[in-house]
Formats: sequence, C-alpha cells, structure tokens
Amino acid sequence: MQISVFDLAGPIMVGPSSSHTAGACKIGQIARAIFHATPTEVDFYLYGSFATVYQGHSTDKALLAGVMKFQTSDPRLVDAFEYAKKEGIKYKFIPVEIETDHHPNTVRIILKNATSHLSVVGSSIGGGKVIITYINDVPVDLEMMSGRFFSLLVGTNKRSNNALEKVKERLKEWKIPVADEQAICSIKGKCMTALNILDYYLKLPQVLELEKIAGVDFVRSLTKLLK
Amino acid sequence: MKYYFKNAAELLEICKREKLPISQVAIRREMEMFNKTQPWVRNKMKEVRNTMWEAIQIGVKSTAKSKYGITGTSAHKVYKGINKSGKMLHSKVAIRAMAYAIATNEQNARMGRIVAFPTAGGSGVVPGVLFSTYEHMKSSKRKMLNALFTASALGIAILEHGGTISAAKAGCQAEVGVGAAMAAAGVTEMRGGTPEQCVNAAALALKNMLGLACDPLGGLVEVPCVKRNAIGATSAMSASDLSMMGVESFIPMDEVTEAMMNISMTMSETIRETALGGLAVTKTGLKIREKMGLPPMPEKYLNWKDRKPMGNACGSCTKCK
Repeated sequence: MQISVFDLAGPIMVGPSSSHTAGACKIGQIARAIFHATPTEVDFYLYGSFATVYQGHSTDKALLAGVMKFQTSDPRLVDAFEYAKKEGIKYKFIPVEIETDHHPNTVRIILKNATSHLSVVGSSIGGGKVIITYINDVPVDLEMMSGRFFSLLVGTNKRSNNALEKVKERLKEWKIPVADEQAICSIKGKCMTALNILDYYLKLPQVLELEKIAGVDFVRSLTKLLK
Repeated sequence: MKYYFKNAAELLEICKREKLPISQVAIRREMEMFNKTQPWVRNKMKEVRNTMWEAIQIGVKSTAKSKYGITGTSAHKVYKGINKSGKMLHSKVAIRAMAYAIATNEQNARMGRIVAFPTAGGSGVVPGVLFSTYEHMKSSKRKMLNALFTASALGIAILEHGGTISAAKAGCQAEVGVGAAMAAAGVTEMRGGTPEQCVNAAALALKNMLGLACDPLGGLVEVPCVKRNAIGATSAMSASDLSMMGVESFIPMDEVTEAMMNISMTMSETIRETALGGLAVTKTGLKIREKMGLPPMPEKYLNWKDRKPMGNACGSCTKCK
C-alpha cells in the first residue's frame, strides 16, 4: 500500500464524516463506473454503522450523489435527492440489521435499468478510503486510496482465456505497463480481471477498441475517478 | 527510493543525509513515488490550502446551527473574542487558532466543503494552528504550504509505522490526536524549528492525546468533536512551544505511535465511533439520540456501574457474566 501525501491532506470533501460521507460517495461513484450506463432504479442496502447512523451523517445523500457521478467536494451533494428526482432515478435505502462479516461501514448497491443489473458491495475503511469487496456476488479485492484508482476491469469468458492475453498485448502496444493483476471467476464461467495500470489514463476510444476483442465481454476503465 | 521512509526515525535520517527540511522530503517523496512534477504536487496542496481558508472564512462568520441544532455558534463567539484577548489567559494566536479550528469543524457539521486533514472529525486542528500562526508571524504563503507538507509527512510516518487515522479502529486519539501531532510538526517548521524539533513536538502532542475515546453523541461528528479540535489546537501549540524551548520527548515518536496502537487494542468497542459509550450514553447524549429518532440504547451499555472492568472477563466462558 503506497501512502500519498494527499491521503493525509485530503480528500477535499463535503462534511460531516470522511468515512460516512466522502467514502460513501466514492463507493457510489465506483458502482456507477462499473455499471457504465444510466440507472433508473438504485437500491442501497446498508450494513453495520451505515445502517444505524446513515441519516445523521448524510450517508444516503452521499451514496446517491456518488451514483450520479458527483465528486466528494461537490456542494450539490447536499441536495442529492432533488437532483435524483430531476434525473429520474428511483432510490431506496434499506438498513439491514442482521450481523454480517462485512466491515462495519458497508453498503450493497444494486443498480438497475431496462437492460442491465449490477450489485456492488463496498466498505468505507476510514479517512475517505474505500474498498470494493463484491461485484455481482463475486468476491473481489479492489482497494482505493483517496480516489487513486487506476484499475481496468476486464470481463471475459472462461473458455476464451487468450482474450486477456490480447488485451495485454494491446496495452503493451500503447506502452501502458500492467503493474498487477487479479482474476476472479464466478461459477457460471464468467471471469473478471482487474488490471492495475499505475498512473495511466485510458481514453474512451481505447476502451471501445479493447471491447471489440473476441471473448471480451466488457472493459471498464476506472481512471476517471482520479480527482 | 531515495526519499522513502517507513517511520519518523527514517524521516529524520533522510533530512540529515540530504540536509533538507521535512517538507521538502515530503514533496520529493511524492514526486518520486507517484512520478509527479514538483509544480503538480505544490499546486494540489495549494488547492488544499485554499479550501481550508475558504472553510475558515465562512465558518467564523456563520452562526447557522447544524441539522440537529447541537453545534454551530461557537466559532463566531470565539472569533469575536480575539480582540478581548487582554482579559484572556491565552495569547491572541492561541485564541485565533481555536476560533479557526472550531470554524472548520462547524463548517463540516453543516455539510460545508472542508479538507479532511487527516479526517473530517479532526479536520480543524491543522488549519487552526497553521493559519493562526501564519497570520501572527506574517509568514509567507510558501512557508504555509511547506508547513502543510511537513504535517502530512508526520501523518505518513504514523501510518507507515502501523498507525491509523480511523477512529473506528483506535478512537479519537487517532483523529484529533494525530491531527494535533501533525499540526505541532507543521507549526514548528513554520517557526523555523529543525526537523528534530518538529518530530519532537509531534511526539509531545500525540503523547498527551493517548487513550482519547471516540464517543460522539448520536454518532454525529459534532459533540465533542468540535471543541476537541479547539483544545487539540492549543495543545499542539503548547507542544511546539515546549519543543522550541528545547524540551525533548523522552519517548521517541515511533514508540508513541506503537503505544497508540497498543492502547487501541485494549479499547472497548463502545468507545470507538459506535456511539455506545462515554459521552454518548450520558443523560444529555441520550436526549440527542431520542431527538434524532434513533432506537433506544440497549440496556447493557447503560449500567456501567454494574459492569466489570475489562480484563477480568475473558469472554471465552459464561461464568463471570
């Protein structure tokens, strides 16, 4: 884990709590980035201390703001509910009281629209740092420190294993080094690989080009969250 | 890695070897680790500094109360009191630092824009101390920026040495305590202290905050957080003064960090940001809880007189319950 000066001196955020507001907003942002479309319906299942104190800390507004791609320092966060109404997003907050093994500050976000459905579980681990622990009920381990999140998520079919190799080859052509990778496969034969590309941005045309490779289901670049 | 450090001792070693103040080591470490240019790093910190100043400016003028009306009026009172400082025990600098610290934290409670330095709960200490001293010394903006880097460097040393800045893990000592340590180091460098004096001031400040519980009323970052920031700011200034006069911390900085984590291990869950102990379960605390519409406090957290002190019960059997 590399600690930056700006993990201490930051994030610049709207109050009142770094873990309950800024962190929650970031989990929302990541969920939206992975969803990669405009959701029409969002359900938030709140666990642990998110469930008990979410109203006092405006965790609900922050989560919704994150799903609408607001930054943690965006003053619009205070009026997130009105903006959601304007954008036509239906939302629900469901505090879950059952004890789980999740971190105390955990939320499960379920995003839906007419064509797709996604569930993301994320925890806010203090000081605005968050981790994503499940995507579509597949355990992952994505760590993000104060918005530095340089991962590329590549979804592939288990059978076409060389698809990932092709993605990597293409990255090599663009001179983008892959620092780290982590593969997660679900029972249904779908795999998702998180590639850690430190300090490089992937532009939209490049992402679309990667998605054209045979055997690749989707590519999600999470570099936009850097701010 | 030339500027990489794992703890405060290594940080001092680098300062000695390169003949640089802590702030410059922090900037170079950032450039080296994340491949950034010096202007990029400095500009980003400038943004941090400007946001802090904006929050203070709004905070000292505003008297709007927070959502549940439990904080929001103190900053203005203290700020007005600066001119009366002849009657006060503290100097003008310390009173202004308190005003700024409260202003930042009240702004946080009102959902204003602040910098979580190191976290939102302890966000007032560093801007309070640094901006007040900056005004007092008529210091340059550059020095102010450097002081912010020094403060962050101390925070990095604490985190890299296994410390934390999460109150859910180690209580308020990790938020206002670490904030005070960072502020003490920053202000000492601003006043022209050597790297040794900076780290020493941080050790003195953190030592005094060890064991501080995180027991916010109703789980809100308001009471006691807001005023703890003010008093944290004055203790950071005291630590800096002591260090500048040559008083040394008998326990080195890194060992103080270890002590903090050691204490966090024995801290009960109830006083780690869960709002189930300490001030949160006092009569006034429970009233706020009621006002917020939270479920009533479980009986077991209220009967503290009947409870056995921790350490007697091992928890592995049911005999002693």
